[in-house]
Amino acid sequence: MNLIRYHAPESTPWPALDRWSNLRDELNSFFDMPLSSGFGRTSQLFTGWSPALDLYESGDHFVAIIELPGMRKEDIDISLHDGTLTISGERKHESNNGETAQRTERYVGTFRRSISLPTRVDAGKVSATYEDGILKMTLPKAEEAKPKQIQVS
Amino acid sequence: MNTLTREPRESDRSQAEQFMTPPASVREIGDGYTLEIEMPGVKKEGLEISVENNELTIIGRRSLPTVEGTLMHRESRPENFRRMFEIDPSIDADKISAKIDQGLVTLTLPKAEHVKPRKITVS
Repeated sequence: MNLIRYHAPESTPWPALDRWSNLRDELNSFFDMPLSSGFGRTSQLFTGWSPALDLYESGDHFVAIIELPGMRKEDIDISLHDGTLTISGERKHESNNGETAQRTERYVGTFRRSISLPTRVDAGKVSATYEDGILKMTLPKAEEAKPKQIQVS
Repeated sequence: MNTLTREPRESDRSQAEQFMTPPASVREIGDGYTLEIEMPGVKKEGLEISVENNELTIIGRRSLPTVEGTLMHRESRPENFRRMFEIDPSIDADKISAKIDQGLVTLTLPKAEHVKPRKITVS
């Protein structure tokens, strides 16, 4: 006679089920993200911060526009090397004690964007403005790259 | 405590104007929340913030610099920004304040007086 009644050990019919439910949670959390944002933002999760860059060309200069919301001017670096324009910088995490992050979609950290320019530019005459979170760079073409009108005599 | 902010599912996509959803971060500080939303190219005048039926809507209309010349490479998108949040009942909707600096919108959402942590002294 047993003092304690025998219980069959509790068995889970599908030992792997737990892992499946984890995977399901992962997938669910993915679908909870706002999807209307398109892939630009979703991809940030995997590749880091890659700010949008536009490039325009006109007769004697290029204009590069890059979206850098919430930066400080001092934290943006622009360099020009062998016809490649590089914009880099760092967005610092400003945290105070006693605060809890509830949602973090904004990327914090460093970024670097490069674009090679089709013709040479005059590095000494490059100018930039930063307004409303948009960095606008004007890059005058080097003399030899400017279009020239040749008069037929 | 619940988060500030649950996002309502956007069911009415058939609206005429298309928006993009900018990244946002929410932090809870002692007596309220701070909400930061990235809206590059939006000036103070282009910002429209409203609370209706416990739903906070932030719309940012961009005034992008006009550039002469031929577009050679484009990654930016032309749409304006919109972000919606369902606000937690602990928030005092009348005391929400906002500012925009270099394309970053910062909203301060204080908690209502009755939900702030209070110390009760035993007499």
